[in-house]
Amino acid sequence: MSGSHDDHGHHHREPESVLSLRVRALESLLVEKKLVSSEAVDRIVAAYEQDIGPHNGAKVVARAWVDPAYRARLLADGTAAIEELGFGGVDLQVVENSLGVHNLVVCTLCSCYPHALIGLPPVWYKSFEYRSRAVREPRVVLREFGVDLPESTEIRIWDSSAELRYLVLPERPAGTEKLSEAELAELVTRDAMIGVAVVKPPAAAAR
Amino acid sequence: MDPMPSREIADMTGAAALPRKNGELVFDEAWQGRIFGMTVAMSHESCFRWREFQSHLIQEIAHAEREGEGSTYYERWLHAFEQLLADKGLLDAAALAERTHEFQSGRRDDVF
Repeated sequence: MSGSHDDHGHHHREPESVLSLRVRALESLLVEKKLVSSEAVDRIVAAYEQDIGPHNGAKVVARAWVDPAYRARLLADGTAAIEELGFGGVDLQVVENSLGVHNLVVCTLCSCYPHALIGLPPVWYKSFEYRSRAVREPRVVLREFGVDLPESTEIRIWDSSAELRYLVLPERPAGTEKLSEAELAELVTRDAMIGVAVVKPPAAAAR
Repeated sequence: MDPMPSREIADMTGAAALPRKNGELVFDEAWQGRIFGMTVAMSHESCFRWREFQSHLIQEIAHAEREGEGSTYYERWLHAFEQLLADKGLLDAAALAERTHEFQSGRRDDVF
């Protein structure tokens, strides 16, 4: 096989496209032999991308929590405010949760999603069930995700599109006054930035 | 449900440590994510133990360093993975070459 140790050096530096083709060929063979499924590979990549380390979106949220001026800029012009932190490539509107208002993001048409900030979309986000029910019965959907909102809380639904993506700015949990910005970022989950979870205080968030 | 990342994989140290930026995994190209995902998926399915792959990866990295090769981390990963599959009799080198050629020539165009 190529890359065997008997070959002489330097050939390892192959053009990216050749590597990409080879990996596609490999996946195609392994899928054919039922040794892997492409869906499982999707899920694994997503899980590792989103679970490991604080992600970009969490840093944006933590900055907004500690810096009121940044928060104001973020809510006024999300696109410009995330560029300040070195993230971009997406037109973004940030919507803020507060007492009595909860925001939920969906893409009813397909699966538009702010990848640059929160990685790859989870499988359920792309499902027809979520895309339709999030709009029709958001309160029920949220309850299924474990978010039980009082009847008095207004739920706002934001339908992402190719032109504009949404990110939820969750409420900062109580008891986190002493945490640093980096510690706060670790509390912020992908689901909270989609709006299907709330950010839990450190004790409750501990694994 | 998304699978929970395994600490054994996420926390590899030394030369085998996963490339990161600000603590996050970095896949510069889509194929790097695919090869990572395939390797993890097959270890989940018990096709091999993670530490078997890890030792192939460490050997491949050591070999490349010794030879002064400018290959990237995931190129080395790919070679280690292919080698492990060959050792296990799960991959036929000729079939892979043939399949790669089919993609290259456009006779096959599955997208993953």
